[in-house]
Amino acid sequence: MMDRYSIFSLVRNAVSHHEKWQAAWRSPEPRRKYDVIIVGGGGHGLATAYYLAKEHGITNVAVLEKGWIGGGNTGRNTTIVRSNYLWDEAAHLYEKSLKLWEGLSRDLNYNVMFSPRGVLNLGHTLQDMRDIARRVNANRLNGIDGEVLTAAQVKAMVPIINTSPAARYPILGASLQRRGGVARHDAVAWGFARGADARGVDIVQNCEVTGIRRDGGHVTGVETTRGFISARKIGVVTAGNSSVLAAMAGLRFPIESHPLQAFVSEPVKPVLHTVVMSNAVHGYISQSDKGDLVVGAGIDAYTGYGQRGSFPVIEHAVQAILELFPLFSRVRMNRQWGGIVDVCPDACPIIGLTPVKGLYFNCGWGTGGFKATPGSGWVFAHTIAQDRPHRLNAPFSLERFATGHLVDEHGAAGVAH
Amino acid sequence: MLQITCPWCGPRDETEFSYGGEAHIVRPNEPDALTDEQWADYLFMRTNPRGRHLEQWVHSAGCRRWFNVERDTVSYRIGAVYRPGEAPPERKQ
Repeated sequence: MMDRYSIFSLVRNAVSHHEKWQAAWRSPEPRRKYDVIIVGGGGHGLATAYYLAKEHGITNVAVLEKGWIGGGNTGRNTTIVRSNYLWDEAAHLYEKSLKLWEGLSRDLNYNVMFSPRGVLNLGHTLQDMRDIARRVNANRLNGIDGEVLTAAQVKAMVPIINTSPAARYPILGASLQRRGGVARHDAVAWGFARGADARGVDIVQNCEVTGIRRDGGHVTGVETTRGFISARKIGVVTAGNSSVLAAMAGLRFPIESHPLQAFVSEPVKPVLHTVVMSNAVHGYISQSDKGDLVVGAGIDAYTGYGQRGSFPVIEHAVQAILELFPLFSRVRMNRQWGGIVDVCPDACPIIGLTPVKGLYFNCGWGTGGFKATPGSGWVFAHTIAQDRPHRLNAPFSLERFATGHLVDEHGAAGVAH
Repeated sequence: MLQITCPWCGPRDETEFSYGGEAHIVRPNEPDALTDEQWADYLFMRTNPRGRHLEQWVHSAGCRRWFNVERDTVSYRIGAVYRPGEAPPERKQ
């Protein structure tokens, strides 16, 4: 039985010098058979398991993670949460996720530190501003909050930003989604892991899937580094490695894996209270609760699985940030890292069924998957439980690449890549 | 940063080049004869391997010519560089 976290549990454990906290989740030996196997113990996979148990009562579930919980992209992103996507299909999906974010800490009994501190998407050209006005109008028609700010309003909100008309790429204005913000990425993985575990889900770390066994067009289980585990339903949520997993089932996906980098500075006093993103100069930045500046760079142009990026990309991102915030020129950077993102041709995910019965994929989130974590798990759990997509993820099928119904969110969503 | 050997210009920094994606994807001779699924396969589906990858690069800030590269997508080590029309190098075991 899981202990609930509360002020009382905090006091009780303080008395025992914090040495008797219950483990947040068990580490069971995998059983030989489950109703559902989720491949990939990142935020999306854990959220899927959590909602399978909570919303659909399916608890005989294993989450198989080749490394450790939160060691992949869940712990490698810049934690930005927003839902200001242009097209209806994407807007509805990300808005579902944002609504879940808003109640997530209470739902999980785990503080995911969701902080709706606002997200600014800057415009640097007249066309940027037209696109921003169009996107904000589209958002508002979909019931998603959005505002168009002038350069003076941006300056009033973020006094340290350089709005000089003499700048190389002057800031003409911005879109603002006040309900957007950031969350604590590790806590999201840990909270979903704890919540799923408490409902009976087995979370198995250090268990790499090496093959997907099929019989007559239906999955029968997975080969792993800890032996064969059988299941009639398998949900694959492996981000950058999706093509590798797809190949195990004889499938080809419209995905290319690229390194995406980010870096953080040394901790500094509070200086930036919102999220600032810019497509034109291509950088995005926020300040974590610890005080470090979290800077996101772009993807490397070439494909790669190396979980590190190239130096020209770092240089480019730093140039962009210093263009916006000249005062950061003497901030020292602490750490830099890369994650492998699975990029789709239309910058939208693939969530749904595959030609192999009982095999479901949730992938292709590209550079912006973190914000979707709860919503992605919620719709994917529905898809697996019902063996058909939810209305929210029906447009994001694999078939859309044959039918031509792409949801082109490149650029349109203020995606900074 | 990668150092890529342009088959015409010699070794140069990665920043001089642009990436052109997977190599040896041949445009179908008769697009009209293809099903939607076959066309989607040509247009969108990629092998995206973890390991040996045959890919196209163009020397944008140099001779502006295209060529092919054999590169490992985990170590990023470049195994071979060869010109368009040439056969890819044999796979090393």
